[in-house]
Amino acid sequence: MSQFILHKENTRGHANHGWLDAHHSFSFANYYNPERMHFGVLRVLNDDSIDGGMGFGSHPHDNMEIITIPLAGAIAHKDSMGNSAVIKNGEIQVMSAGTGVSHSEFNANADEQLNLLQIWLFPNKKNITPRYDQQTLDVAARHNNFQQILSPNADDAGVWIHQDAWFSLGKFDEGFETEYKIKKAGNGVYAFVINGEVTINGQVLSKRDGLGVWDTDSISFKANTAGAEVLLMDVPMELN
Amino acid sequence: MNKPRRFSKPARFIGFENMQTTILYIGRDTEITAVMNRLLNARPEWKGLCVCTDEEAISICKEQHIDLVLLGNGIDPESETELKNKLLAVRPSLKIIQHYGGGSGLLYGEIMSALN
Repeated sequence: MSQFILHKENTRGHANHGWLDAHHSFSFANYYNPERMHFGVLRVLNDDSIDGGMGFGSHPHDNMEIITIPLAGAIAHKDSMGNSAVIKNGEIQVMSAGTGVSHSEFNANADEQLNLLQIWLFPNKKNITPRYDQQTLDVAARHNNFQQILSPNADDAGVWIHQDAWFSLGKFDEGFETEYKIKKAGNGVYAFVINGEVTINGQVLSKRDGLGVWDTDSISFKANTAGAEVLLMDVPMELN
Repeated sequence: MNKPRRFSKPARFIGFENMQTTILYIGRDTEITAVMNRLLNARPEWKGLCVCTDEEAISICKEQHIDLVLLGNGIDPESETELKNKLLAVRPSLKIIQHYGGGSGLLYGEIMSALN
Protein backbone atom coordinates (compact mmCIF):
# COMPACT_ATOMS: atom_id res chain seq x y z
CA MET A 1 0.00 0.00 0.00
CA SER A 2 1.58 3.28 -1.07
CA GLN A 3 2.05 6.09 1.41
CA PHE A 4 2.14 9.80 0.78
CA ILE A 5 2.81 13.18 2.34
CA LEU A 6 1.29 16.38 1.01
CA HIS A 7 3.03 19.74 1.36
CA LYS A 8 0.71 22.53 0.25
CA GLU A 9 2.38 25.63 -1.14
CA ASN A 10 1.27 27.85 1.73
CA THR A 11 2.66 25.51 4.39
CA ARG A 12 6.25 25.95 3.22
CA GLY A 13 8.76 27.92 5.25
CA HIS A 14 9.05 31.51 4.09
CA ALA A 15 11.82 34.07 4.50
CA ASN A 16 11.71 37.45 2.81
CA HIS A 17 15.07 39.20 3.02
CA GLY A 18 14.10 41.97 0.62
CA TRP A 19 16.43 41.02 -2.20
CA LEU A 20 15.68 37.32 -1.60
CA ASP A 21 12.22 35.87 -1.24
CA ALA A 22 12.67 32.22 -0.31
CA HIS A 23 10.20 29.38 0.20
CA HIS A 24 11.47 26.21 1.83
CA SER A 25 9.71 22.87 1.37
CA PHE A 26 11.96 21.42 4.07
CA SER A 27 13.64 22.89 7.15
CA PHE A 28 16.31 25.32 6.05
CA ALA A 29 18.23 28.18 7.68
CA ASN A 30 15.94 29.70 10.32
CA TYR A 31 12.91 27.70 9.20
CA TYR A 32 12.74 24.64 11.41
CA ASN A 33 9.88 22.17 11.32
CA PRO A 34 10.73 18.75 12.75
CA GLU A 35 8.05 17.23 10.48
CA ARG A 36 9.77 18.69 7.43
CA MET A 37 13.37 17.59 7.68
CA HIS A 38 13.70 15.54 4.50
CA PHE A 39 12.02 13.15 2.08
CA GLY A 40 14.43 10.24 1.91
CA VAL A 41 17.74 11.66 0.72
CA LEU A 42 16.03 14.84 -0.51
CA ARG A 43 17.00 17.35 2.15
CA VAL A 44 16.45 20.78 0.60
CA LEU A 45 13.96 22.14 -1.90
CA ASN A 46 14.19 25.91 -1.98
CA ASP A 47 12.14 28.10 -4.30
CA ASP A 48 14.10 31.37 -4.40
CA SER A 49 13.30 34.68 -6.06
CA ILE A 50 16.34 36.94 -6.26
CA ASP A 51 16.35 40.61 -7.23
CA GLY A 52 18.42 41.85 -10.17
CA GLY A 53 22.16 41.84 -9.53
CA MET A 54 21.75 40.37 -6.05
CA GLY A 55 22.80 36.97 -4.75
CA PHE A 56 24.87 34.87 -2.41
CA GLY A 57 28.53 35.74 -1.90
CA SER A 58 31.18 33.05 -1.68
CA HIS A 59 30.24 30.37 0.85
CA PRO A 60 31.33 26.78 1.39
CA HIS A 61 29.56 23.44 1.09
CA ASP A 62 30.62 19.87 1.69
CA ASN A 63 29.18 16.39 1.24
CA MET A 64 26.03 17.43 -0.55
CA GLU A 65 24.73 17.04 -4.09
CA ILE A 66 23.44 20.49 -5.06
CA ILE A 67 21.19 20.87 -8.09
CA THR A 68 20.02 24.23 -9.38
CA ILE A 69 17.21 24.65 -11.88
CA PRO A 70 16.51 28.23 -13.03
CA LEU A 71 12.79 28.74 -13.69
CA ALA A 72 13.13 32.35 -14.85
CA GLY A 73 16.19 34.50 -15.47
CA ALA A 74 19.83 33.48 -15.19
CA ILE A 75 22.40 32.75 -12.46
CA ALA A 76 26.04 33.77 -12.51
CA HIS A 77 28.05 31.04 -10.77
CA LYS A 78 31.69 31.05 -9.68
CA ASP A 79 33.41 28.39 -7.58
CA SER A 80 36.71 27.40 -6.02
CA MET A 81 37.23 24.72 -8.71
CA GLY A 82 37.68 27.52 -11.25
CA ASN A 83 34.26 27.28 -12.86
CA SER A 84 32.60 30.49 -13.94
CA ALA A 85 29.32 30.16 -15.78
CA VAL A 86 25.87 31.56 -16.39
CA ILE A 87 22.98 29.12 -16.10
CA LYS A 88 19.63 30.16 -17.52
CA ASN A 89 16.11 28.85 -17.76
CA GLY A 90 16.18 25.62 -19.78
CA GLU A 91 19.46 24.51 -18.22
CA ILE A 92 20.44 22.55 -15.12
CA GLN A 93 23.48 22.83 -12.91
CA VAL A 94 24.92 20.25 -10.54
CA MET A 95 27.66 20.56 -7.96
CA SER A 96 28.95 17.64 -5.91
CA ALA A 97 30.42 19.38 -2.89
CA GLY A 98 32.31 16.33 -1.58
CA THR A 99 35.35 17.28 0.47
CA GLY A 100 34.48 20.95 0.18
CA VAL A 101 33.88 23.68 -2.35
CA SER A 102 33.13 27.39 -2.15
CA HIS A 103 30.89 29.15 -4.61
CA SER A 104 28.95 32.31 -5.24
CA GLU A 105 25.61 32.65 -6.98
CA PHE A 106 24.18 35.92 -8.26
CA ASN A 107 21.34 37.02 -10.46
CA ALA A 108 23.19 37.53 -13.74
CA ASN A 109 20.81 40.28 -14.86
CA ALA A 110 20.48 43.65 -13.20
CA ASP A 111 16.95 44.31 -14.42
CA GLU A 112 15.29 40.91 -14.31
CA GLN A 113 14.04 38.77 -11.44
CA LEU A 114 15.66 35.35 -11.03
CA ASN A 115 13.56 32.43 -9.86
CA LEU A 116 15.30 29.15 -9.21
CA LEU A 117 14.85 25.84 -7.51
CA GLN A 118 17.79 24.74 -5.42
CA ILE A 119 17.74 21.12 -4.39
CA TRP A 120 20.15 19.36 -2.04
CA LEU A 121 20.46 15.59 -1.79
CA PHE A 122 22.55 13.64 0.68
CA PRO A 123 25.27 11.86 -1.33
CA ASN A 124 25.67 8.07 -1.39
CA LYS A 125 29.38 8.49 -0.68
CA LYS A 126 31.11 11.04 1.53
CA ASN A 127 34.28 13.01 0.83
CA ILE A 128 34.35 12.52 -2.92
CA THR A 129 36.33 14.90 -5.12
CA PRO A 130 34.18 17.97 -5.81
CA ARG A 131 32.79 18.27 -9.32
CA TYR A 132 30.69 20.70 -11.34
CA ASP A 133 28.56 20.31 -14.42
CA GLN A 134 25.80 22.09 -16.27
CA GLN A 135 23.72 21.08 -19.22
CA THR A 136 21.31 22.66 -21.69
CA LEU A 137 18.09 20.69 -21.83
CA ASP A 138 15.92 20.08 -24.87
CA VAL A 139 12.82 21.84 -23.55
CA ALA A 140 10.66 20.55 -26.41
CA ALA A 141 11.33 16.97 -25.31
CA ARG A 142 9.35 17.43 -22.13
CA HIS A 143 6.05 18.17 -23.87
CA ASN A 144 3.63 15.51 -22.58
CA ASN A 145 6.64 13.56 -21.36
CA PHE A 146 8.65 13.21 -18.18
CA GLN A 147 12.04 14.18 -19.55
CA GLN A 148 14.92 12.76 -17.49
CA ILE A 149 17.24 15.58 -16.46
CA LEU A 150 19.35 13.85 -13.80
CA SER A 151 20.45 10.33 -12.97
CA PRO A 152 23.24 8.42 -11.17
CA ASN A 153 24.83 7.47 -14.49
CA ALA A 154 27.33 9.57 -16.42
CA ASP A 155 26.23 8.04 -19.74
CA ASP A 156 22.50 8.54 -19.17
CA ALA A 157 20.28 11.51 -20.06
CA GLY A 158 20.79 14.71 -18.10
CA VAL A 159 23.42 15.50 -15.50
CA TRP A 160 24.63 12.86 -13.06
CA ILE A 161 25.15 12.86 -9.31
CA HIS A 162 26.53 10.66 -6.53
CA GLN A 163 23.16 9.27 -5.54
CA ASP A 164 20.65 6.72 -6.86
CA ALA A 165 18.28 9.50 -7.84
CA TRP A 166 16.49 10.43 -11.06
CA PHE A 167 14.85 13.79 -11.77
CA SER A 168 12.35 14.39 -14.55
CA LEU A 169 10.63 17.50 -15.83
CA GLY A 170 7.40 17.55 -17.81
CA LYS A 171 5.07 20.12 -19.33
CA PHE A 172 1.64 18.85 -20.23
CA ASP A 173 -1.51 19.57 -22.19
CA GLU A 174 -4.75 19.71 -20.25
CA GLY A 175 -6.18 16.25 -19.69
CA PHE A 176 -2.93 14.42 -20.50
CA GLU A 177 -2.59 11.27 -18.38
CA THR A 178 0.33 8.98 -17.84
CA GLU A 179 2.05 6.76 -15.30
CA TYR A 180 5.53 7.26 -13.93
CA LYS A 181 7.45 4.12 -12.98
CA ILE A 182 9.87 4.49 -10.10
CA LYS A 183 13.40 3.77 -11.28
CA LYS A 184 14.70 1.76 -8.36
CA ALA A 185 13.05 -0.44 -5.76
CA GLY A 186 12.92 1.35 -2.43
CA ASN A 187 12.88 4.80 -3.97
CA GLY A 188 10.04 7.25 -3.47
CA VAL A 189 8.96 10.17 -5.64
CA TYR A 190 8.61 13.77 -4.54
CA ALA A 191 6.53 15.70 -7.09
CA PHE A 192 6.75 19.48 -7.14
CA VAL A 193 4.31 21.46 -9.24
CA ILE A 194 6.05 24.33 -10.99
CA ASN A 195 2.96 25.62 -12.78
CA GLY A 196 -0.68 24.71 -13.20
CA GLU A 197 -2.75 22.03 -11.54
CA VAL A 198 -2.27 18.27 -11.67
CA THR A 199 -3.61 15.15 -10.00
CA ILE A 200 -1.13 12.58 -8.73
CA ASN A 201 -2.39 9.37 -7.15
CA GLY A 202 -5.75 11.06 -6.61
CA GLN A 203 -4.30 14.14 -4.90
CA VAL A 204 -5.04 17.45 -6.58
CA LEU A 205 -1.94 19.64 -6.55
CA SER A 206 -1.66 23.33 -7.39
CA LYS A 207 1.31 25.54 -8.25
CA ARG A 208 4.25 24.97 -5.87
CA ASP A 209 2.53 22.16 -3.94
CA GLY A 210 4.65 19.10 -3.19
CA LEU A 211 3.62 15.46 -2.84
CA GLY A 212 5.89 12.68 -1.64
CA VAL A 213 4.85 9.10 -2.46
CA TRP A 214 6.63 5.93 -1.38
CA ASP A 215 6.10 2.18 -0.86
CA THR A 216 4.98 1.88 -4.45
CA ASP A 217 6.53 1.18 -7.83
CA SER A 218 4.61 3.79 -9.85
CA ILE A 219 2.45 6.87 -9.62
CA SER A 220 -0.51 7.97 -11.72
CA PHE A 221 -0.47 11.45 -13.22
CA LYS A 222 -3.02 13.73 -14.87
CA ALA A 223 -2.62 17.35 -15.98
CA ASN A 224 -5.72 19.36 -15.04
CA THR A 225 -4.68 22.60 -16.72
CA ALA A 226 -2.93 23.44 -19.98
CA GLY A 227 0.81 23.96 -19.57
CA ALA A 228 1.02 22.24 -16.19
CA GLU A 229 4.69 21.74 -15.30
CA VAL A 230 5.99 19.22 -12.79
CA LEU A 231 9.37 18.18 -11.44
CA LEU A 232 9.60 14.58 -10.24
CA MET A 233 12.41 13.65 -7.86
CA ASP A 234 12.83 9.87 -7.63
CA VAL A 235 15.06 9.35 -4.59
CA PRO A 236 16.16 6.64 -2.15
CA MET A 237 14.03 6.69 0.99
CA GLU A 238 16.89 5.44 3.16
CA LEU A 239 20.09 7.36 3.80
CA ASN A 240 23.07 5.44 2.42
CA MET B 1 46.97 16.84 7.31
CA ASN B 2 45.76 20.34 8.12
CA LYS B 3 47.67 22.41 10.60
CA PRO B 4 45.94 22.13 14.00
CA ARG B 5 43.76 25.15 14.54
CA ARG B 6 41.21 25.89 17.19
CA PHE B 7 38.59 28.55 16.67
CA SER B 8 37.45 30.20 19.86
CA LYS B 9 34.30 32.05 20.74
CA PRO B 10 34.30 35.86 20.62
CA ALA B 11 34.59 37.33 24.12
CA ARG B 12 31.39 39.37 23.86
CA PHE B 13 29.25 36.27 24.30
CA ILE B 14 30.85 35.14 27.54
CA GLY B 15 27.92 36.46 29.61
CA PHE B 16 25.58 33.92 28.00
CA GLU B 17 27.67 30.92 28.95
CA ASN B 18 25.35 29.55 31.62
CA MET B 19 22.47 29.35 29.14
CA GLN B 20 24.48 28.19 26.18
CA THR B 21 24.50 24.88 24.40
CA THR B 22 28.10 23.92 23.76
CA ILE B 23 28.66 22.45 20.32
CA LEU B 24 31.91 20.92 19.16
CA TYR B 25 32.46 20.86 15.39
CA ILE B 26 35.20 18.77 13.81
CA GLY B 27 36.07 19.22 10.14
CA ARG B 28 39.29 18.94 8.16
CA ASP B 29 38.91 21.98 5.90
CA THR B 30 40.10 25.11 7.70
CA GLU B 31 37.94 27.47 5.62
CA ILE B 32 34.74 25.54 6.26
CA THR B 33 35.68 25.12 9.92
CA ALA B 34 36.16 28.88 10.25
CA VAL B 35 32.73 29.45 8.68
CA MET B 36 31.19 26.95 11.08
CA ASN B 37 32.82 28.75 13.98
CA ARG B 38 31.30 32.03 12.84
CA LEU B 39 27.86 30.53 12.28
CA LEU B 40 27.71 28.65 15.58
CA ASN B 41 28.87 31.61 17.60
CA ALA B 42 26.52 34.02 15.83
CA ARG B 43 23.71 32.69 18.00
CA PRO B 44 23.90 33.76 21.65
CA GLU B 45 22.32 30.46 22.77
CA TRP B 46 25.13 28.43 21.22
CA LYS B 47 28.80 28.24 22.05
CA GLY B 48 30.75 26.78 19.16
CA LEU B 49 34.13 25.13 19.47
CA CYS B 50 35.51 24.25 16.08
CA VAL B 51 38.63 22.20 15.42
CA CYS B 52 40.31 20.41 12.55
CA THR B 53 42.02 17.54 14.38
CA ASP B 54 40.80 14.59 16.43
CA GLU B 55 43.39 15.28 19.13
CA GLU B 56 42.02 18.76 19.76
CA ALA B 57 38.46 17.45 19.82
CA ILE B 58 39.29 14.79 22.39
CA SER B 59 41.23 17.27 24.47
CA ILE B 60 38.25 19.68 24.52
CA CYS B 61 35.92 16.86 25.49
CA LYS B 62 38.12 16.01 28.44
CA GLU B 63 38.30 19.65 29.54
CA GLN B 64 34.67 20.74 29.39
CA HIS B 65 31.06 19.77 29.02
CA ILE B 66 29.91 19.32 25.43
CA ASP B 67 26.22 19.07 24.54
CA LEU B 68 26.60 18.04 20.94
CA VAL B 69 29.33 16.99 18.51
CA LEU B 70 29.01 17.73 14.79
CA LEU B 71 31.16 15.61 12.50
CA GLY B 72 31.93 17.76 9.49
CA ASN B 73 33.80 17.59 6.25
CA GLY B 74 36.72 15.46 5.21
CA ILE B 75 36.68 12.82 7.96
CA ASP B 76 37.16 9.43 6.34
CA PRO B 77 34.96 6.52 7.56
CA GLU B 78 37.77 4.77 9.47
CA SER B 79 38.84 7.86 11.39
CA GLU B 80 35.20 8.75 11.97
CA THR B 81 34.56 5.45 13.74
CA GLU B 82 37.79 5.77 15.70
CA LEU B 83 37.01 9.36 16.66
CA LYS B 84 33.48 8.49 17.77
CA ASN B 85 34.80 5.67 19.94
CA LYS B 86 37.41 7.92 21.52
CA LEU B 87 34.90 10.68 22.22
CA LEU B 88 32.39 8.23 23.68
CA ALA B 89 35.12 6.74 25.85
CA VAL B 90 35.57 10.18 27.38
CA ARG B 91 31.83 10.92 27.64
CA PRO B 92 29.60 7.87 27.00
CA SER B 93 26.42 9.96 26.83
CA LEU B 94 27.80 12.37 24.24
CA LYS B 95 25.45 13.10 21.34
CA ILE B 96 27.30 12.87 18.03
CA ILE B 97 25.72 13.64 14.65
CA GLN B 98 26.82 14.19 11.08
CA HIS B 99 26.84 17.72 9.78
CA TYR B 100 26.20 17.93 6.06
CA GLY B 101 26.48 20.94 3.82
CA GLY B 102 29.14 22.99 5.51
CA GLY B 103 27.10 26.14 5.74
CA SER B 104 24.15 27.75 7.43
CA GLY B 105 21.34 26.07 5.50
CA LEU B 106 21.08 22.86 7.46
CA LEU B 107 22.77 23.84 10.71
CA TYR B 108 19.84 25.09 12.77
CA GLY B 109 17.55 22.21 11.82
CA GLU B 110 20.21 19.58 12.46
CA ILE B 111 21.07 20.98 15.86
CA MET B 112 17.47 21.45 16.93
CA SER B 113 16.60 17.91 15.85
CA ALA B 114 19.57 16.48 17.73
CA LEU B 115 18.89 18.43 20.91
CA ASN B 116 15.18 17.68 20.91
